[in-house]
Amino acid sequence: MYRILRKENISDVTKMVIVEAPHIARSAKPGQFVIVISHEKGERVPLTIADFDREAGTITIIFQEIGKSTIEMGRLEVGDSFMTIAGPLGHATEIKNYGKVICVGGGVGIAPVFPIARALKEAGNEVISVIGARNKELLLWEDRMAEVSDQLIVTTDDGSAGRKCLVTEPIRELLEADPGGFARVWAIGPAIMMKFVSYTTKPFEVPTTVSLNTIMVDGTGMCGGCRVLMADGRAKFVCVDGPEFEGHDVDWDSLLSRMTYYHNEEQTAVQHLHGKDHKCRLDKAVEEGVR
Amino acid sequence: MAIPRKPMPVQEPEARVLNFEEVATGYTPEMAQEEAERCLQCKDPKCSQQCPVQVDIPQFIAAVRDGDMAEAVSILKGKNNLPAICGRVCPQEVQCESGCILGIKGKPVAIGRLERFVGDYELSHKTLAMTRAASTGRKVAVVGSGPAGLACAVDLGRLGHDVTIFEALHLPGGVLAYGIPEFRLPKDVIGNEIKSAAEALDIKIRRDHVIGNTLTIDELLEEFDAVFLGTGAGLPVFLNIPGVNLNGVMSANELLTRVNLMKGYRFPAYDTPVKVGRNVAVIGAGNVAMDAVRCVRRLQAIRAGEDGDAGEVHVVYRRSADEVPARREEVHHAAEEGVIFDFLTNPVAILGDESGAVRALQCVRMELGEPDASGRRRPVAIEGSDFELEVDQVIFALGTNPNPLVFSNADDLKRNKRGTVEASDESGLTTKPGVWAGGDVVTGAATVISAMGAGKRAAADIHEYLCGLN
Repeated sequence: MYRILRKENISDVTKMVIVEAPHIARSAKPGQFVIVISHEKGERVPLTIADFDREAGTITIIFQEIGKSTIEMGRLEVGDSFMTIAGPLGHATEIKNYGKVICVGGGVGIAPVFPIARALKEAGNEVISVIGARNKELLLWEDRMAEVSDQLIVTTDDGSAGRKCLVTEPIRELLEADPGGFARVWAIGPAIMMKFVSYTTKPFEVPTTVSLNTIMVDGTGMCGGCRVLMADGRAKFVCVDGPEFEGHDVDWDSLLSRMTYYHNEEQTAVQHLHGKDHKCRLDKAVEEGVR
Repeated sequence: MAIPRKPMPVQEPEARVLNFEEVATGYTPEMAQEEAERCLQCKDPKCSQQCPVQVDIPQFIAAVRDGDMAEAVSILKGKNNLPAICGRVCPQEVQCESGCILGIKGKPVAIGRLERFVGDYELSHKTLAMTRAASTGRKVAVVGSGPAGLACAVDLGRLGHDVTIFEALHLPGGVLAYGIPEFRLPKDVIGNEIKSAAEALDIKIRRDHVIGNTLTIDELLEEFDAVFLGTGAGLPVFLNIPGVNLNGVMSANELLTRVNLMKGYRFPAYDTPVKVGRNVAVIGAGNVAMDAVRCVRRLQAIRAGEDGDAGEVHVVYRRSADEVPARREEVHHAAEEGVIFDFLTNPVAILGDESGAVRALQCVRMELGEPDASGRRRPVAIEGSDFELEVDQVIFALGTNPNPLVFSNADDLKRNKRGTVEASDESGLTTKPGVWAGGDVVTGAATVISAMGAGKRAAADIHEYLCGLN
């Protein structure tokens, strides 16, 4: 069992937990992810590692409560435990001194971009970070990102914090102001954001690393559920080939379409959860009836 | 007059498609004894020679015949530590039962059913305490808790070595847990077999450890005297045809993992959803394909209820019925459950609708030509025979490629031509000192019992190696 040592409610729907997981903390690197299961009947949920502390034997994960599994994860408090945390999984970010780079984080994606920005900064890069969210409440870690960035630009869709625009706007401006000056861009956030960041950087021919969070079951190279098409038609598997890919190579439309496949089931699960508190006996009967 | 082979009692097809409970319900002691009577007790038993772990088959059958079940358990477990599992999933018709003399003129002794009977008897009666030799002080890491890893771990544990199993998933059992459905191998059987062995032999199981990432093989070698890799097969193979990334296309591994490991058939009581189409095509005709179609059939039937229209599920296979690699019993059960077999049918494209979802599988009819390298007659497309099979889900069951994770951070672990780990057939020794491997990670997708055989051979060699250490 993996005990929660600290919990922070970053917003109404965004939670951060620091969890005891020494076997992962000792080998975790920026860019990798873990698979989390809350309880015996839970799903295997892939989440990027937001931070780790080798000495304390802890990892930090941040998640947004969007489906049943993340809502239930959010209900766990300090002292409670997750049933499973497996990892670290996937390839680590290739950290070296590239020169001048941009790190982009969208919403809950700001958390996983943080350790990458920090490592890039430590490796001697000039790091310009662009973080954005729908509104002020969904922004997180402005202070931590500022600490590891030479420059930090904040955007919100509604203008409640920073500039009122999408992250792509300052990215385009930066690239236009210094053509050829940027060696690489990292972007982590919703798939739609990563798609448009990739489209923005493409004309400037700046390599753009994105971190994909697709449908996934085992996460260990077995089920093939996480496969993603590259623009040239090759299939890749996010769990073993990724999670980072060159954004210019990804077939974004196919990826976005595949991510909707379980939409109805996700809603059924949330309804099931909300009905649970006052229908638990009926639930039990149904469950036994199914067997 | 010869005694006829005792049939296995089964749930009737109409009833069993509405549940995930075991199809074959098992022999009663009387049935087992009657079947055991049929064994001719050959002096030179071909059955044992055909068994990948050389179980002393006539001897254990004689004990069953005499009603001495404890003796039967002791003989069987002398060679096979997981009889309740092997009795259910081994392809006996091409192994032990293919060697049975009775099979020449009639039906072979039902060795597999008797093995299962004895294995189940032991699970409920616990006649044989597994014993561990005096501790050797040697530590072995076994990577993967599937058939190869379990067989290796149990043999080494019995010899007194200190064994730790590392499992990537949250439950032990490997393919037994994620791949083989409840109705063929109940999860309780696996859980009980593993639990009793681990307790008796003080085998530690560390879950959630992905070797290659959580710990590298080199790190394991710092703590352990030897490492056995039984990490199984890896990424599923998808045909390189148009439309493979449409919504509704998945691997049998994904479907089975959702259904078996994650208990998706009980969604939403369990959180992992599993989707089955109204009409489904499963491509391939091996055992994994049979497991997949039969899961689909059940989910369709449960959704439709007793009187509703369940829809269709097809096995699409480019060769003929004679070449089907799956166990005959599985094919027979699948057909009884209403699975449609489209033989000599080759998929050429998956067609989608405007929303990006599967709407049909475009196929071409095949005929058998000259024998190919495998000795089977090569299927050749019949020109102009294209047709569309209307389905909204396509499931690939065409085998797997090696899992790349085991090679990460282990450059000195050589791969063979197929991309799997290079290891000796006899000993399982790899090119990396102190590291053995066996099962699908070496051979590519094969059977449970062949993986167990490889695990046992490696255990013997590891034991010899450990005894020679100063």
